[in-house]
Parts: sequence; C-alpha cells; structure tokens
Amino acid sequence: MKGKEVQKGTLKKVLRRIRSYWMFLALSVLLAAVTVAATLYIPILTGRAVDLVIGRGEVDFSGIFRILLQIGVFIGIAALSQWGMNLSNNRVAYRVVRDIRNEAMEKIQILPLRYLDAHPSGDLVSRVIADVDQFADGLLMGFTQLFTGVITILGTLLFMLHEDVTITVVVVLITPVSLLVAAFIAKRTYAMFRKQSQVRGEQTGFIEEMVGNQKVVQAFGHEEKSMQQFEEINERLRKCSLRAIFFSSITNPSTRFVNSLVYTGVGIVGALSVVSGGITVGTLSCFLSYANQYTKPFNEISGVVTELQNALACASRVFELIEEEPQQPDAQDARVLEEADGSVNIEQVGFSYVKSRKLIENFTLKVAPGQRVALVGPTGCGKTTVINLLMRFYDVDSGAISVSGTDIRRLTRKSLRRNYGMVLQDTWLKRGTIRENIAYGRPEASLEEVVEAAKAAHAHSFIKRLPEGYDTVISEDGGNISQGQKQLLCIARVMLCLPPMLILDEATSSIDTRTEQRIQKAFQKMMQGRTSFIVAHRLSTIMDADVILVMRDGHIIEQGTHRELLERGGFYSELYNSQFVQT
Amino acid sequence: MQRTEKEGTRLKKLLVYMKEYKKESILGPLFKLLEATFELLVPLVMASVIDVGIHNRDQNYIIRMCLLLVGLGVVGLICSITAQYFAAKASVGFAANLRRALFSHIQSLSFTEMDRVGGATLITRMTSDVNQVQNGVNLTLRLLLRSPFVVFGAMVMAFTVDWKAALVFAAVIPLLAAVVFGIMLWTMPRYKKVQAGLDRVLGITRENLTGVRVVRAFGREEAETRRFQESNRELTNLQVFVGRISSLMNPLTFVLINVAAAVLIWVGAVRVDAGFLTQGAVVALLNYMSQILVELIKMANLIINISKALACANRISNVLETESTLASPVSPKASGEERGTVVFENVSLTYAGAGAPSLTNLSFRAGPGETIGIIGGTGSGKSTVVNLIPRFYDVTEGRVLVDGVDVREYDVNVLRGKIGAVMQKAVLFTGTIRENLLWGREDAGEEELWQALETAQAREFVEQKPGKLEEAVSQGGKNLSGGQKQRLTIARALVRRPEILILDDSASALDFATDAKLRKAIREMPGAPTVFLVSQRASSLQYADQIIVLDDGEAVGIGTHSELLESCEVYREIYESQFQKAGKEAAV
Repeated sequence: MKGKEVQKGTLKKVLRRIRSYWMFLALSVLLAAVTVAATLYIPILTGRAVDLVIGRGEVDFSGIFRILLQIGVFIGIAALSQWGMNLSNNRVAYRVVRDIRNEAMEKIQILPLRYLDAHPSGDLVSRVIADVDQFADGLLMGFTQLFTGVITILGTLLFMLHEDVTITVVVVLITPVSLLVAAFIAKRTYAMFRKQSQVRGEQTGFIEEMVGNQKVVQAFGHEEKSMQQFEEINERLRKCSLRAIFFSSITNPSTRFVNSLVYTGVGIVGALSVVSGGITVGTLSCFLSYANQYTKPFNEISGVVTELQNALACASRVFELIEEEPQQPDAQDARVLEEADGSVNIEQVGFSYVKSRKLIENFTLKVAPGQRVALVGPTGCGKTTVINLLMRFYDVDSGAISVSGTDIRRLTRKSLRRNYGMVLQDTWLKRGTIRENIAYGRPEASLEEVVEAAKAAHAHSFIKRLPEGYDTVISEDGGNISQGQKQLLCIARVMLCLPPMLILDEATSSIDTRTEQRIQKAFQKMMQGRTSFIVAHRLSTIMDADVILVMRDGHIIEQGTHRELLERGGFYSELYNSQFVQT
Repeated sequence: MQRTEKEGTRLKKLLVYMKEYKKESILGPLFKLLEATFELLVPLVMASVIDVGIHNRDQNYIIRMCLLLVGLGVVGLICSITAQYFAAKASVGFAANLRRALFSHIQSLSFTEMDRVGGATLITRMTSDVNQVQNGVNLTLRLLLRSPFVVFGAMVMAFTVDWKAALVFAAVIPLLAAVVFGIMLWTMPRYKKVQAGLDRVLGITRENLTGVRVVRAFGREEAETRRFQESNRELTNLQVFVGRISSLMNPLTFVLINVAAAVLIWVGAVRVDAGFLTQGAVVALLNYMSQILVELIKMANLIINISKALACANRISNVLETESTLASPVSPKASGEERGTVVFENVSLTYAGAGAPSLTNLSFRAGPGETIGIIGGTGSGKSTVVNLIPRFYDVTEGRVLVDGVDVREYDVNVLRGKIGAVMQKAVLFTGTIRENLLWGREDAGEEELWQALETAQAREFVEQKPGKLEEAVSQGGKNLSGGQKQRLTIARALVRRPEILILDDSASALDFATDAKLRKAIREMPGAPTVFLVSQRASSLQYADQIIVLDDGEAVGIGTHSELLESCEVYREIYESQFQKAGKEAAV
C-alpha cells in the first residue's frame, strides 16, 4: 500500500519534469494514433483486395490496382508517422533524463557534507548514472509501447466492430485468458526472482570478499574452505535460478498458445460466417491478421508495466537524492569576506556527528594572525573534525567560530573558504592536465604563474621530467604519478592562490623521505606570515607551533604549548616520550 | 583472421562445462524445432479451411480443421515448455559450472596474476559476465535454431504453395536482412560512443563526490556543475542522434514487408486468374510473409544478445587461461631442522611487466627468535622482501630459504602454515570475531584466542563488545575502527602460533603507546617467533636485532640501530627527519 503511494508520488514527479516537453508528447500521441490507424487500415484493404481474387478468370485487376495504390499510401503514412513518433519520444526521454541528471548534480553541490560523508559515493554515483539510465530505458519503452499498445487495442476493437460484431465478441472473450495466464505466471515468478537475486547478492558478496582479498585467503591457506562455502551457495543459486528462469519462460509459449486459440476462434466463427454469407473471405483474412495484432499489445503492455515499475523504482532513488534537504543557504545578509586578517576565534564550540555521542565540547581557542596551531593525536582521532568546522563543511552545534571578528555563519561560505588554503592527505586531483589542476582555484592564471607556483611547491622539477610536462594528463586514479607527487601538486594548487589562512595535513607513512622533505620545505614557505592549522606528525612542526591541540577519540583532550603540555604530564607527554625521546 | 580462430578455440574450451548437459542442449533446440514445425502448418490448415471448407460450404470440415488447429496449438505448447525447461536447465547448470571453475581457478592464481588482472575485474567476470553468458546460452538454445528454421521453413512452405509467387519472398528477405543488419552494424559502434559519453558523465560525478571538499574549498561548485552539464549535453545529443537512425528499423521493415505483401497480392492475383492458385493459397502466402517478419526481428535481437554473451565468454575464458606462474614442486621437501630461520641469498626480484627490478641482490640471515626490522621510503621494496618469505612471489634470481629449505621446494600450504602474515591493509571477513580469528588455526581453543588477543593489545576492546568473541564483523570490518581491525588481524596471525611472524607496516593506525606495548608483548611471547617488522617509524625498529635499510630495492645498510647510525647515511637521514631536534631536546 505504502509502496503504491511512493510510486504514485514518483510518477507525479516524473510527469512534472515531462511537462515542459508537452508539445512533443502531444505530437507523439497524435503520431501514434495516425500510425495505428494506418497500420490497421492496411489489413482491411488487403482483405478487400483478396476478395477481388476469386478464382480463375474472376480477378478484377483494375480494382486490385486501385486498392494496392491506397495500400502504398497508407504504408507511407504509417512508416513516416511511426518514425516521427520514435524521434519525438527519443527527444523527450533523453531530455528529461538530462534535466534530472543536471538537477541531481546541482543538488550534489549544495548538499551538506553530513549527507555526503554518510553515503558511499559509489551509491550516489550509481543513482545519478545507472538508475537514471534504467529510468531512461523504461521511459522510452513506456512511451513507444504503451501509447501504440493502448491505441492499437482500441483501434483494433473499433475496426473489428465496424466489420463484424460476432467475431469481435469472440476475440474480446478469449483475450483476457492470455492476460490471466500471464498475470498468474508473473505473480509466481516474482517471488522466485526475488529469491534468485537474494542468493545472487549473497554470492556476489562472498566473491567480493574472497577474490578481493585473495592474498589474505592464500596467506592463511583458506582456499579449500572458501571453495566449500562457495559450492554451497553456488548450488543454491543454481536451483533457484532454474526455477525462476523456467517458470518465467513459460509465459511466452502460454500466451502464444492463447493467441492461437484466438486465431482458431476467429477462424471457426469467421469461416462459418462466410459459409452462411455473413462476411467475405477478404474480411476473414483481415480478421485473422487482426487476431494476431490485437493480442500482441496485451503481452507487450504487461511487459511494459513491469518495466515502468522498475523505471519508477529507479527514478525514486534519484528523486530521493534530488529532494534531500540542502545545506542551510548562506544568510540573507551574509557578508563577503574579502581578505581575512588571519584571526580565528573559537568560542565555546560544541559539536558532534551523532547527537548521542558528544565529541567536541566547550572548545575555546583564540588564534592571532600568523599563529600556528598544531593538531596532534593518533590516526582516526578526529583531527578532520576540526578542519570540517573551520571550513564550515559542518556547522557547529553550539558556540561560534569567528574569522576576522565575524561569525563564519554570517559570511558567505564561498568567501570564507577562499580565505583558506587547504592541503589534505587525501590528495584529490581531477582528471585533466597538470596545468589545469594547479590552476584549479584560479583557472585564468597564466602558464608563467602556474610554473611559478609549481616551483614554489618544489613540484616543477618532476613535472618538467614528465613526457608532456605541464600538459601531462592525470588519469582518473592518478596512477601515473606517485602519492608524494600528488601532494606536491596539491600544494602548488594552493600556492597559486595563497590565501591568508592555511589548513595543512602533514604526510605520514606513504611518502618517501626525500619527497617528504620537499613537502616540508614547501609548507614552511607557505606558512610564513599566515595563520595555519596543521595536522602534525613531525616533532619539529609540533614544537614550532604556538598552540598544540591534542586529540583522542574525537575529543580535544589537551591544549597548550609544547612546554606546557610536557609539564602537565598527560597524554601528550606520554605520546612524546614513547615516540620521540630516546631512553 | 588468426585472432578469430584463436577466439573460436577458446570458446570451444568453455563447452567442457556444458558436457553434463549434453542431452538437454540437444533436446532443447529439437523440441523448439518441433514446435516451429507445428506453427508452420497453421497457415496451410487455414488455407484449406478457406479453399475446401468455405468453398464446399462444409461446416464439419471447418470445425474439424479448427480442432486440428487447437490440437497443433496444444502440442506446440507442450513441445515449447519442454524446450524451455531443457534450455533453462542447461544454461543455469552451465553457468553454475562456469562459476565454480572460475572461483577455483582464481583461487589458484598467484599474487603476480592477481596484481595483473585485478580483483575488481575478476569479480565482474564471476558475476555479471557469467550472467550474460547464461542468458546468451539460454537464448541460443531456445532461438538460434528456431528463427532461421522458421524463416527457411516459411520460405519452403511458400514455395510448395506456389514457387513463382514465392519468388517475391526470395527478393524481399535479403532486402529485409540488409536493412535490419545494416542498421545494427551502423548503430553498434555508435552505441559504444554513447557508452563512452556516459562514462565521462560518470567520471565527473564520481570526481565531484570524492573531491567534494576540494571543490568547495576552492569555491568551484558552479564551474563543476557547468562542466557536468556540458558533458551531459553532449551525451544527450549523441543519444538523440543514434536514436534517430536506430528508430528507423521498425518503419523500414514495416514498409518492406507491406510492400512485399502488396506485390504478393498482385502476383497472386495474376496466378489465380491464370488458374494456378486458389484464393486460400494467397491468404496462406500472406500469412507466411508475416511469420517471416516476426522471426527476422527476433533474430536481430538474438544476435545482439549473443554477441554480448560471446564477448563475455571470451573474457571469461581469458581468465581461465591465465595460468598460475607459481609452479608446485613435484616432490615437495619436508621441513628442515632449524625452525624459524630465514635466509636470503643474492635475491633479486623484477615484478612481471615491470621494467626495473624491485629488489636487487639482497642477502641476509635471520636466526630463530630474532626481530628483523625493515625500513625505507615508498617503493623501496620493503613489502617485496616480506612477500618473498611465504612465496607470494617467486624470486627472479637467488633463493630464499626457510628452515634451511628453498621455499620453492615446499608444498605451498606447508610453507605458509609456518608463517603468520599481517598485511598492510587490514582485512577481516564477514562473520564473528571468533570466526575471523579461527582463520589462523581452525582448532585453536578459547584460551588461545584470548591469549592472542591479549598479545595483540585487542583483548580490552573485544571484552567491551556486547557479543565478545561472537560480536559480528560486517563486510570489510566496517563496524570496527582502523586500529581495532589492525589489532584483530595481528591476533589472527598469532593464533596460528607461527614460526615466522610478518608485520608489514601493520601498526600504522595504532598510537605510539599501543604500538610500543604491542612490540613488547610480541617479544615476550611464548614460542618466540622470528619477527619481520616493516615500518616507516625508526622508533618502532630501534630494538630490532637487525635492521635492513632499503633504498630503491637495494640494501644500503644491514645492522643494529647504533651500527647503522654510524655507517648508513640513508638510515641517518630517515632517523633524523623523524627525530629532528628531539635529540637536542633530550640533551638539554
């Protein structure tokens, strides 16, 4: 019941998006009607022609010729209008899909990070791509087959009624049988298909785990055991696939059988009626071909309905994304922060991702222009949380963060973020050339400026050595350059803009010593005279900091200078002693 | 030419998995043909209804003939359902066999092949590709013979009715085929372009999701949206363009078949007038014509499906042909006497497909119970060294000895049974914590599990879980933190009571204090395994008996911490970069 309502809601949303193409849609319906009428009229003409062919010496050639000419005209009309209908359907379906994708993308850009962090990107991508694609297929098929199907059924009925009532009654009485059979089988198979996709899902999950982590499987010599498990699932899948596929494949022969019953019924009644002088042989042949045409749309429509349901299910997943609550828009009177002076004031900030699990409580910190703040703590301790709040990827639950004396919620997000230069360990680069990537924040920058930034980031020397230099295209996974080089590029990207405040994430393990030293040098250069927040791993950085924030399990547990923290003898001093001091 | 031949033999090899279902795969099409035969008789019966029944006003004859039609329908239905059953059984069984073969084959592949092919690819092969092949086989068994048979049969029947009138068929069928396949040939490569366009749109979407922080940090939301819209527009235009041609298919075939019918009527009329043909026969010919049309369209769809399935089958047999490069010894040697020793003798390794060696001429000896530290930059070959001990890869030169025997002379399972390996990436499997730990050794007792957890510094958090050892682990261990996962993978390796323990940078998510406790616990573990410790942190390795310093695949220093500080420049550089000023501080 509830599912039905959701479906109805989705349908409404789809219709709303189709509305702007209503002219094309009206054209489609019109052309469909023309196509069907012409298609249906041709058998009548054929029947008339057959009636003129009675026997040896009893053929009216001039009559036949006239009829054949008419047939030719109608063939032309039917074909042209069918093509026209297809074109117009194509256009509507693909445009609607394009609009939905654009809408989805616009939404993604303003969704709160809270949503994006909580949803795997693969899932969102599949909504925008695979689901919309499936929806397009369903929509297109729906348009073409539903329109013509319904009109064909109606048209055939009308034509048949016009020719002979009795035979029409026979056809109308027998056809529902075919629908019943199809519905009966479909209902049965639905459960089987669900079972099948469930087992298939189970198997895919198992394969993903075992094949994806084969190295571990082999290291522990677990091959035989996992083979046994696999066989068990595989056998179950084979059994339920067989049932599902067999039962669903009965539909076709069964409906075909019912069709042949219709055909035979028409044959008997028609032939008897010819004998008793009710109709001519030509009309009979025309009815026989109608009997074929009339039942076909029924089968097709039942297919289309499932396809459309599927399409709607897919569409509803995209709409879920499109209708997701966007981040709170910038305040009406939000100020544009031109050039921050570098002061950051964090006042009694409280924040948590989940209400029940408090993370940051009552956090107060005053950062003067040009100061350095080091974030220290074990991996996964929540250092990114602080970055999330500073950049306003997330809003604080209580308290306030001010930059240049203004609450950041009273600034436009864009201008706030433009005042931060951010280099994260997660080195995201877009697919494109190195030059495009460095100029990401300032696409209008000249090549000289880009090179200058690269030099300042110590990236120039390796870029120079790449086959295409600054025009080298970085592949999607960035496989053609190393992790450290990627980080240098991210630094160059920031170098080009060089905003008054910085957020830096120092490299940890995955970078070799020499690159690391380069990165370090580049960081030093950037930080001169700029307020900086650094996720720090190196002792030198930590000791140079004006304030150290020590984090653990998402909480800020200690705060102060190196000396103060050592004297306190808390977690920091334990950390320091275990890592850096020799015994 | 040669290539297609090769593909042919490759596909033939897949037929082995069909063997069990030989009977089904012959009977299926056979029953289908039987059904088609009955279907072909229908227009003939109808023709005699018109020519005999109606002509002679014989009501009985008409009813008899129509009952015959129903009879033909019933027999056709039975034949067809039988055929569907055989086809379903054969195709599903074939797919199951294929999956089993793939899984077992993939399990036998060595790390070299896994690196080359990639796990994600193999998963696709086993799931969606096998499904496509299953569909293809099912369709092939059901329709591949049927459609040409009906086309051909309808032609033959038409010719038996009247060969001169049937010449119209001979003219129109090639024309139809040309149109249908011509359009298909034109659109197929263009659909590939559409796919590429879709991939671009997908790429941009993914980029924007994974890079959302950078996009927003640089305030590039509008520019990214524009870029997306541009690609999206291109895709739509391409789709509409290809759709324009492919939607010509139906109208064109419609025109051809109806024009042919018109011609047939004219020719039929001439033949009837001359007394060669009856009215009923003309109707029968028209019926055959429409049967042919239906089958040709089915065939076009079938060919698209089959060619997809063939492409998948080809990819699958490619995987099956990939052979493990890890040869097993004919007569494996038993374990040597010195338990826990590892010796590298002039070992070099060049990965398959790599230009330069990843490890050059490395020699060292690790005695029982020793701790060997391995340090160096990214790509310096640290993981390579430890991967050679359980023979995940084979050396290109030199040899690796475990307990005095070359690793290539062991039965692989015996060799790996001695070793507890903890990889860089912490991998756990769906199930419970207990099940995961039992991977180490299936018959490990309760006490041993807790002991291993204790050593791995995992006891505390496992005890805090409501289910303790029975606590569920979701796929990929998503319900555990990075540090917890690492500690569980270490515990799993310890459950094994290994002679040799390999820790490949596997404590990176642990804080320094826990890391130190872990190292201490392992040192004091009963049974004292030989430990290989790969790390980026000099402090973690300080107390190792030997430290191997790698730079670009070469050992630039082997010795203790203090020896290396004296003699090895690379080591000093690493150490000092991590301990800068700390020394000074401590000295103050």
